[in-house]
Amino acid sequence: MADATNLLVIDRLTKRFDSGAGLFAPRRSMTAVRDVSLAVSRGSVVGVVGESGCGKSTLARLVLRLLEPTQGTVHFDGIDLGKLAPRDLRKARRRMQMVFQDPYSSLDPRFTIEQVVGEPFTVQGEVLAPGRIAELLDQVGLAGEIARSYPHQLSGGQRQRVGVARALALRPDLLVLDEPTASLDVSIQAQIIKLLQDLKRDLGLTYLFISHDLGLVRYFCDRIIVMYLGAVVEELPSPSTEPRHPYTRALLDSTFSPDPGKRRHLASLTGEIPSAFNLPKGCAFAARCSRASSRCLSERPSLTMHASGHRAACFHPIADDEKEPS
Amino acid sequence: MGLLEVDRLSVGIGRLTLLEEIAFEVDRGEILGLVGESGSGKSLTALAIAGLLPLIGARVTAGAIRFDNTDLTRLDESRLRKFRGRRIAFITQNPMTALDPLQPIGEQVDVVARLHLGLTADVARSRTIEILTQLRIPEAATIYRQYPHQLSGGMKQRVVIAMALAGEPDLIVADEPTTALDVTVQAQIIHLLTSLVRERGLALVLITHDMGVVAQCCDRVAVLYAGRLAEQQGVNALFATPAHPYTHALIDCIPKDGMARDSLTGIAGSVPSVAHFPPGCRFHPRCIGRQSVCETNVPGATALPGGVVSCHFPLNGDQRHG
Repeated sequence: MADATNLLVIDRLTKRFDSGAGLFAPRRSMTAVRDVSLAVSRGSVVGVVGESGCGKSTLARLVLRLLEPTQGTVHFDGIDLGKLAPRDLRKARRRMQMVFQDPYSSLDPRFTIEQVVGEPFTVQGEVLAPGRIAELLDQVGLAGEIARSYPHQLSGGQRQRVGVARALALRPDLLVLDEPTASLDVSIQAQIIKLLQDLKRDLGLTYLFISHDLGLVRYFCDRIIVMYLGAVVEELPSPSTEPRHPYTRALLDSTFSPDPGKRRHLASLTGEIPSAFNLPKGCAFAARCSRASSRCLSERPSLTMHASGHRAACFHPIADDEKEPS
Repeated sequence: MGLLEVDRLSVGIGRLTLLEEIAFEVDRGEILGLVGESGSGKSLTALAIAGLLPLIGARVTAGAIRFDNTDLTRLDESRLRKFRGRRIAFITQNPMTALDPLQPIGEQVDVVARLHLGLTADVARSRTIEILTQLRIPEAATIYRQYPHQLSGGMKQRVVIAMALAGEPDLIVADEPTTALDVTVQAQIIHLLTSLVRERGLALVLITHDMGVVAQCCDRVAVLYAGRLAEQQGVNALFATPAHPYTHALIDCIPKDGMARDSLTGIAGSVPSVAHFPPGCRFHPRCIGRQSVCETNVPGATALPGGVVSCHFPLNGDQRHG
């Protein structure tokens, strides 16, 4: 049954990876995504933010079913993607496309741009209308002559535009954007974000935007999901919502404001992300958290509602009237 | 007079001119930010300071790099070695490639002090552990014996910084030292570098493309574009009243708190490659304020109060938000 408000509904999604036992190494398993639920309403931009190893890219791949989940479901436009036969899954996939992080490795170096952008039509067995490639290139702000070039002849920004054009080729409803600007200069990043905003408005697209940059996510997204070591630690209903979770606060304090008058005490967080192979029993963030108590070490906090749409998984959330720690 | 003075430095390769009349200086206890997009000549400037241009077949064609009153461009390799790694240290972008994977990290730090300061192995070892501890590396004695693959990215970058400090340098040139790191770790490393400068009176040239990083820690800023200096100012003036349209555009590329959607537009086009530098002002094809003179005439340097700008139509404070 189609859902009128939500285009994408992820319910208690879990992905565990098992490493094969080697001659000397015992079998180990790690949970890359643990019990993640989220809904993306039609026409909105939901941001998933976190540092390396937080499971955001795995989540993106689970959504498009490039990976099989260990548990949980993904509903796209009311369809349970897990129940689809391969043929039907391919049909559903044309409505959901991905833009990858690295425009250098995500384009086949032996394909011309025309072939790159035309490939989705071949995969879907669809006739490529004359002029469609030029139209797509134009949509992403590239000159038609580029069609006969090879990826190595283009700049990073142009390549990422090609990646967006390829994703748009089959007129999808949902784009999953996995760090689409992480390998670009800030000036080019801003160009690509502007392009994505224009395309969303013109084509009525819905985005799941994955990034490590909370500043960028707060600028671009309607709702924000913060992940740490595979789990959602906070869900912000709007980009301006004040965080309750100390990790979100620390991420915010680590963004570099382009204002020398507002110099922050930058290193608010010590230590680094622990290995996902040995997750602590309690809160995964406790070892780096200045607010951690003994309870945080023994018990794992679950997401609790603080206000409408605002949930945080923390035993000692930051209160409204609390100033940020200096 | 600064500790390091880069004076109208030009660098060429064959008949191509890669850098043209780059000028800036940095003094002890000071951080100079060298900013610009990829292809603007930032890393090349660092290579020139290091005297490593021959590695890529390039050479200094004009100007000087004066360090503590010695022109480094006139030294031969053996005399240059008394500066490089000893009084001038370098930190590269990727800590994964800066360390030898087959050698315990402690020994890699030791070798710098043994070579440049003539310390014995034992003394060098205890000094390395001391430096690692100062850089807030936990259990430094254990880490000393570990190999690079056993450390996280942030830890590896701390080790690279330790190598830089081992020669007791006066100047550190850091080329995008945090781009390969996570955001919370990036903040820690920038904080660490800043406190080294403030506490030890080091001079730091920080190369970055991120105006956010510049705003948070630099004292002075030199903005490069396509091999030329666009602007140089103190950090407060640069952000309050950027004089070059390129500087202005770079600052506007960073999302700010409470910024309206659609206000981030980026800079149209991209940095030209050296074989395709346009005539006149090299930024003119991407400049929203360009006029016909910009297409033909190279802008000269105009003095600002406490800085310099190369633009035919520099912005004044009123145009900043226009």
